Amino acid sequence: MNSLLSLVTFLPLIGAVVLMVFLRGDDEMARRNARMLALFTTSATFILSLFILSGFDPSDTGFQFVEESEWLGGLTYRMGVDGISVLFVMLTTFLMPIVIGASWGVTERVKEYMVAFLLLETLMIGVFCALDLFLFYVFFEAGLIPMFLIIGIWGGDNRVYASFKFFLYTFLGSVLMLVAMIAMYYQAGTTDIEVLLTHEFSSEPLNFLSLTIVGGAQTLMFLAFFASFAVKMPMWPVHTWLPDAHVQAPTAGSVVLAAILLKMGGYGFLRFSLPMFPIGSEVMQNFVFTLSVIAIIYTSLVAIVQEDMKKLIAYTSVAHMGFVTMGIFAINQQGLDGAIFQMISHGFISGALFLSVGVIYDRMHTREIAAYGGLVIRMPAYALVFMLFTMGNVGLPGTSGFVGEFLTLAGVFQVNTWVAFFAATGVILSAGYALWLYRRVVFGDLIKESLKTIRDLSRREKLLFAPLVVMTILLGVYPALVLDIVGPSVSALVDHTQTAIAAGTTTLAQH
Amino acid sequence: MLGQDLSIIAPELLLVLYAAAALMAGAYSPRDISRQVLWASCGLLVVVGLWVGFQSGEAQYAFHGSFVSDGFARFSKVLILFGSAATLALSVEFLERNNLLKYEYPILIVLSVVGMMIMVSASDLIVLYLGLELQSLALYVVASFRRDSLKSTEAGLKYFVLGALSSGLLLYGASLTYGFSGTTDFAGISAVIGDDQLSLGLIFGLVFLAAGMAFKVSAAPFHMWTPDVYEGSPTPVTAFFATAPKVAAAAMLARVMFDIFGGVVSDWQQILALLAVASMFVGAVAAIGQTNIKRLMAYSSIGHMGFALTGLAAGTEEGARSLLIYLAIYVTTNIGVFAFILNMERDGKPVTDISSLGQYSSVHPARAAALAALMFSLAGVPPLVGFFGKFFVLQAAVNAGLVWLAVLAVIASVISAFYYLRIVRLMYFGTAVEPLDGKMPMVHGALLAVSSLAMVIGVFNLFGIDDVAALAAATLVQ
Repeated sequence: MNSLLSLVTFLPLIGAVVLMVFLRGDDEMARRNARMLALFTTSATFILSLFILSGFDPSDTGFQFVEESEWLGGLTYRMGVDGISVLFVMLTTFLMPIVIGASWGVTERVKEYMVAFLLLETLMIGVFCALDLFLFYVFFEAGLIPMFLIIGIWGGDNRVYASFKFFLYTFLGSVLMLVAMIAMYYQAGTTDIEVLLTHEFSSEPLNFLSLTIVGGAQTLMFLAFFASFAVKMPMWPVHTWLPDAHVQAPTAGSVVLAAILLKMGGYGFLRFSLPMFPIGSEVMQNFVFTLSVIAIIYTSLVAIVQEDMKKLIAYTSVAHMGFVTMGIFAINQQGLDGAIFQMISHGFISGALFLSVGVIYDRMHTREIAAYGGLVIRMPAYALVFMLFTMGNVGLPGTSGFVGEFLTLAGVFQVNTWVAFFAATGVILSAGYALWLYRRVVFGDLIKESLKTIRDLSRREKLLFAPLVVMTILLGVYPALVLDIVGPSVSALVDHTQTAIAAGTTTLAQH
Repeated sequence: MLGQDLSIIAPELLLVLYAAAALMAGAYSPRDISRQVLWASCGLLVVVGLWVGFQSGEAQYAFHGSFVSDGFARFSKVLILFGSAATLALSVEFLERNNLLKYEYPILIVLSVVGMMIMVSASDLIVLYLGLELQSLALYVVASFRRDSLKSTEAGLKYFVLGALSSGLLLYGASLTYGFSGTTDFAGISAVIGDDQLSLGLIFGLVFLAAGMAFKVSAAPFHMWTPDVYEGSPTPVTAFFATAPKVAAAAMLARVMFDIFGGVVSDWQQILALLAVASMFVGAVAAIGQTNIKRLMAYSSIGHMGFALTGLAAGTEEGARSLLIYLAIYVTTNIGVFAFILNMERDGKPVTDISSLGQYSSVHPARAAALAALMFSLAGVPPLVGFFGKFFVLQAAVNAGLVWLAVLAVIASVISAFYYLRIVRLMYFGTAVEPLDGKMPMVHGALLAVSSLAMVIGVFNLFGIDDVAALAAATLVQ
């Protein structure tokens, strides 16, 4: 099975093309077929991807399932996964059937909707598998097109503004990365990520308009990549596109955005920034810490005062991603383990939270927190599910949310106690916004007339939540499931980065 | 000797003879044979395109080195010939409906194509000027082809006056160059210059030559004529303006820079870089406010020429290659876009306001998807082919040490993404308007489909065009 990765990556694309070409008409039957075909394709992709997981050898820190062939203009098509990326691939394939299932209620342009999501799946898997710099870029950027259309066509009232903001923000971030990539190609003479990982980019200090740039080219390239990943992540202060995009996106779009697309930024830091620009990372470490801590505290506070449920959860995403960036730039085993764990767990939890909002939005057509209250009386099952994920969001021990936050805090504590101190307040604040949201929506008296007839979770909705519930608890009580796979790759990454930093610091000292 | 010379210019000669014969036939034929002439011209352009395309071998010089046929010229000629053939094929329905189908039209196009072929093959300042003027004179006439329309006449006149000014600049530069080097032959001038510093006279010559040619590629700050001419000309003529002449002018600029001033790259690099930055930003910013799709495409072409010049500004073989790839992609995309624009009609009247595209996707999903693909490609979003054009250009610029230029280029491309997206937005998320009801003739549908599919499928190997362009660029830059 040498082309397993390509198969998994492009299977959704094949499904999309089949849908586009063969499905005609727009009656109820056609819509049903479109949904079923999309569900079938994403499920088949998930089952296929299980073969990747079962064939994956965690003790090997190199890339596995590597494929290579010629591409245009001296570039190569290279795919492969290591301990870090394989889990993101799994996360994507795992969530996509749920996302499709969550879109059962879409009735407008169902065919195009499913095509867009299938296309998006191909591109997301591609991002995590690409082992060629420009192949990565193509997948990374191309994801903007389906997402732009998803928000723009199926989104809420202010969707046009949100879709433009989303597109232009992320586009600006990534074109700067493109320039840096070309510069890397020029310096190293190759676009092979595996080779670039071991290439030492110049870190001689540069002088520019009487300013000395410590770390030289590495710092500049780091910043160019940072522009892209920080927007994608998103980090404060470039996070403002996220709440808009989330609020306007359809439920399934929000799930994909929060659960998978945001992870591309973190994955980018792990794959490119740390190993390729270790000196640059070292130079910018405190800067990233500062932004992360501001993100954790500031956006948590902002989340507390939100009136709109989706916006609230969007802000909590920013705060949680703050933990991730903080953990990554601690550059030690716990920090990185924690960051990856946090990303995976956030994928399940935030996805589930957006689904939860979607459930009541479908019934009441409002996301205003004030429009709800006392739901527990009419919707006990919903209240239970929502509580579980609220607790996950808070980081209660026993849920997966706890492990990630704890590990990142432990990691960063070894590097900078103050950062850990301030970040830990974020945990407290998260209890504030999450529990308060829960209280306002679920508890209290059921006094609103419109809520008196609201129905509890349907079978389909329960089925959607079930795998997420299982994963959240499973990872909470048995985190080794993830950590065993990422551990060896992370420790290789940390060793490599730390050695390069140590070597770099001595040369810097000599100058 | 003469026989050999003639065999080298055989493709051009064939077109000239055809044009003369068709003119006679049109003038003396008892029936109206405009339609036949148009299709015959179109077919001939394709045939000549294939002929030139399958030529191979070393660079051949004719007429004492004043005309050269090398890989670079052949690549550009194929683009010019195919591009013109496609725009001719697109123009039939429009001209017929607007009572403009006259046999002179295809003949003028063929003559301007001959002019362009001479421009890209010129290896002597006088030949270059002759080619340029042949091309321009034909273009002035077709710009004002709709004689009863005020705007079309204005477009033609404006184009003529400003074109004459730019020709004057170019001639002035050419005469200075001749005066300070003693010859009009490219190789001769290049030998006089060597790798030394340019003398003051030659610097003036270079600047005026560059300014004159920048006008022809509509690079800012010499772009002012473009939006008005694009808007005023009949749409098929606009489609033609946006494709072949741009290729010819850019290729001519590249040849002059490399063949004459190849030894002093750093002297012209800054000029081109400045033109490139100005064009990219003018193209990006000024297009935002446009509501007329023809004007929008005019600014779009200014921006794209800025990108093409960025590749040229690198001053390397890689840069010349990226220029050729960029032009090829640009022409293919624009043919698709204009195939669409030509069918923007309501009740038989052409519509050029972009707001008329509101919710177009629910009326014609396939066409909307095709145009959306073309727009994303123009914006340079991967995996569409437009991205690879930009990629090669940026690569050339960065490798030549022009990182600042590359950074400005990507910023401009983000700004320009805004207005390309706006068209997608109107078609997919816009408010519904009375739908456009233009019937799309088969040729238009086919060209639109081919062009947009090429944008998607090209991601596999760019149809091998990058290798061909590399070979062509190698013959230009020695």
